[in-house]
Amino acid sequence: MAAEREPPPLGDGKPTDFEELEDGEDLFTSTVSTLESSPSSPEPASLPAEDVSTNSNGRKPAEVVLDDDREDLFAEATEEVSLDSPEREPILSSEPSPAVTPVTPTTLIAPRMESKSISAPVIFDRSREEIEEEANGDVFDIEIGVSDPEKVGDGMNAYMAYRVTTKTSLSMFSKSEFSVKRRFSDFLGLHSKLASKYLHVGYIVPPAPEKSIVGMTKVKVGKEDSSSTEFVEKRRAALERYLQRTVKHPTLLQDPDLRQFLESSELPRAVNTQALSGAGILRMVNKAADAVNKMTIKMNESDAWFEEKQQQFENLDQQLRKLHASVEALVCHRKELSANTAAFAKSAAMLGNSEDHTALSRALSQLAEVEEKIDQLHQEQAFADFYMFSELLSDYIRLIAAVKGVFDHRMKCWQKWEDAQITLLKKRETEAKMMVANKPDKIQQAKNEIREEIEEWEAKVQQGERDFEQISKTIRKEVGRFEAKRVKDFKTVIIKYLESLVQTQQQLIKYWEAFLPEAKAIA
Amino acid sequence: MEGRQEAGKENKPSSTSVDPQGDSSLQVEISDAVSERDKVKFTVQTKSCLPHFAQTEFSVVRQHEEFIWLHDAYVENEEYAGLIIPPAPPRPDFEASREKLQKLGEGDSSITREEFAKMKQELEAEYLAIFKKTVAMHEVFLQRLAAHPTLRRDHNFFVFLEYGQDLSVRGKNRKELLGGFLRNIVKSADEALITSMSGLKEVDDFFEHERTFLLEYHTRIRDACLRADRVMQSHKCLADDYIPMSAALSSLGTQEVNQLKTSFLKLAELFERLRKLEGRVASDEDLKLSDMLRYYMRDSQAAKDLLYRRLRALADYENANKALDKARTRNREVRTAESNQQLCCRRFERLSDSAKQELMDFKSRRVSSFRKNLIELAELELKHAKASTLLLRNTLVALKGEP
Repeated sequence: MAAEREPPPLGDGKPTDFEELEDGEDLFTSTVSTLESSPSSPEPASLPAEDVSTNSNGRKPAEVVLDDDREDLFAEATEEVSLDSPEREPILSSEPSPAVTPVTPTTLIAPRMESKSISAPVIFDRSREEIEEEANGDVFDIEIGVSDPEKVGDGMNAYMAYRVTTKTSLSMFSKSEFSVKRRFSDFLGLHSKLASKYLHVGYIVPPAPEKSIVGMTKVKVGKEDSSSTEFVEKRRAALERYLQRTVKHPTLLQDPDLRQFLESSELPRAVNTQALSGAGILRMVNKAADAVNKMTIKMNESDAWFEEKQQQFENLDQQLRKLHASVEALVCHRKELSANTAAFAKSAAMLGNSEDHTALSRALSQLAEVEEKIDQLHQEQAFADFYMFSELLSDYIRLIAAVKGVFDHRMKCWQKWEDAQITLLKKRETEAKMMVANKPDKIQQAKNEIREEIEEWEAKVQQGERDFEQISKTIRKEVGRFEAKRVKDFKTVIIKYLESLVQTQQQLIKYWEAFLPEAKAIA
Repeated sequence: MEGRQEAGKENKPSSTSVDPQGDSSLQVEISDAVSERDKVKFTVQTKSCLPHFAQTEFSVVRQHEEFIWLHDAYVENEEYAGLIIPPAPPRPDFEASREKLQKLGEGDSSITREEFAKMKQELEAEYLAIFKKTVAMHEVFLQRLAAHPTLRRDHNFFVFLEYGQDLSVRGKNRKELLGGFLRNIVKSADEALITSMSGLKEVDDFFEHERTFLLEYHTRIRDACLRADRVMQSHKCLADDYIPMSAALSSLGTQEVNQLKTSFLKLAELFERLRKLEGRVASDEDLKLSDMLRYYMRDSQAAKDLLYRRLRALADYENANKALDKARTRNREVRTAESNQQLCCRRFERLSDSAKQELMDFKSRRVSSFRKNLIELAELELKHAKASTLLLRNTLVALKGEP
């Protein structure tokens, strides 16, 4: 059964959600491990399309982890400082100090788990037309299908491979229709990469489907029963929905990792997604640490919008969970009804066989047939209950968790900014003390040191503030997009679901109408 | 003959309408019933112009045990050995329903007040339905007796209907229950023994056929009844599931600030209505299908019992024949043996004749009852499906019309 296809994303009329990296390309050609990190820079999202033409380097200065070639970057960075986009407030001090130190990027960017893949610099060959198209809020013309699950290998090393088919007319892809084989851990790897790049700057990255050790083990072991086929189908549908959501996100669509995932025939195996790998354990530890931190961060919320929204999402989460639980019960009971109806159909048939009055015997056999058909009907309806309604709810419960995560990142960002301010204050105090205490001998060196540190921290404070504003801005936009999408999604699914219910009832009418004359024919 | 046929046809099980009596000289109905703690008190009202009774209209209060006493009295009466004794009504059982109500009472606080009210309503309706059913079962039992030309003339029946006081029939104590249980075992052992008796040949094709038929039929109808019950339970579960769904949608709707508000609220309303419809489907299936199957399961058991009695009589006849032969060869007590043999013969023939008639009545009763109930079942299912479709369509129109 086809999973719910994502409706085309709303043209939200905001053409800004893509990285204008074609111009910045030269900046990064020499670097090795950069491009994944570039999107971490706050600016791209805020860059209006128009600015692209004016800004040859719409690219952000190198807030980027650069393992090599730092010097080149800095040279250009100083240049760039003057090419601020109109949106950026002049927060830099008048002194021509380097805008960045190597230290900043790592603290800014969330710790990354996996080694960065050495991908070629991105060549976003998005044509001007496409940019304008998006500016007009046109539909993203890309459809993803996940199909043909097949088991590869044997025993505990076996895995399911899924075919991922892309149909698109976007010119950033080399073909208009292509497909690749991917396994589940590949999807998780993709999500992991996207999350590490975009989550902490405020983008709502759709979560990947959940792992299931039990389910997968059954499949590996080779049980050809209905529960394992159901499991595979459930997973296939979930993977499809996941990809659909991801490509409909205008920023994520531009990501090179996503393109590689969709296009390249070979993908390096994402081992770090395994639950029990070193990376996996590190992830768990970090999650725990995050949870503790969240509890201790007391943020002075200056913007009521955020508080309101957080509360809204909290409520929504609770309500959706309740609804989801009740829908799950419905699915379960409908399956039971189907099974019981089938059992009854069999016994009615047996009874009809025993019955020695011919007309009644025939009527009972007809009843048995009707009940059998009805059992099928119930099964299909349970299917619809699940794939349309239940899975939609569970998807959104996980999506809201991602939204909450993004809000948390904002808090962390604020915390960083706050910490930088405190440190700066301390440094300034130290400097002031030094000024007062008049000891000429060693003082000059110390003074210089402290001066340097102060400058360093001033920059960090400015960066912190910029980042915080950036993430706040991004989140606002993202939440708007998310909510619009959510409304659309729910409405579409609700209508579809109701239509499935209507279908079932109409079939019931057909069956009973066919049976009625048989009952009347009993003489 | 005609009177009997009529009476046969009109005895339908557990329909909500009162069965019209073939012969208006004796009309019985349960006009009222009261449930007290663990007892149900039925008010049995009789209308009769028969000279036997002191008044033309009178009523008494009876409890379930007294019905059982009456049934057993019939069964133990040799005169009625050749008749199908209407099956006794099942004991009123509110245990399950009461337990559920109690659980709800102590239940968890996570459900809203609205949900609680709805669930309570559902359980109360269930309780009421069980109550109505037990009344119907007891009523049908009496009405079949009243309609049967032979059974209605029983003295115990008159006492049951007329005697104002308590019949002082206590429920069976453990010893009696055990006794009844053992008797059943003895009966089936006996039956097995008889059938394996050499020389005991079924002379009548009709009875041979009936026996094979009834054995199989009884097992299968019991199966069908159990499974129909489960289907009905599932429908009820489904209906109950709509309660928390509707509540969750309702609270979602009130919280939303965007266009989803109306969608959720409409859905909440829809599921509330669907719940009621689903509940009706469940109760109709219960009445028209499950109950009917259950009744004929019991009735077919009663028919089987009749066949057993006849078989017993045949065995007795055979034994009497053998005894006579022996007596003649020995030339001792020939007279007694002869009269005994004649007695057995006459009894056997009497039983066979009336059994044949009874079994044919059983068949026609069964056929007409199935017909009626299956037609009504199909019609009700159609009605509910059409109502659901209309409801769903209206909601769809409303939702699609939203911006």
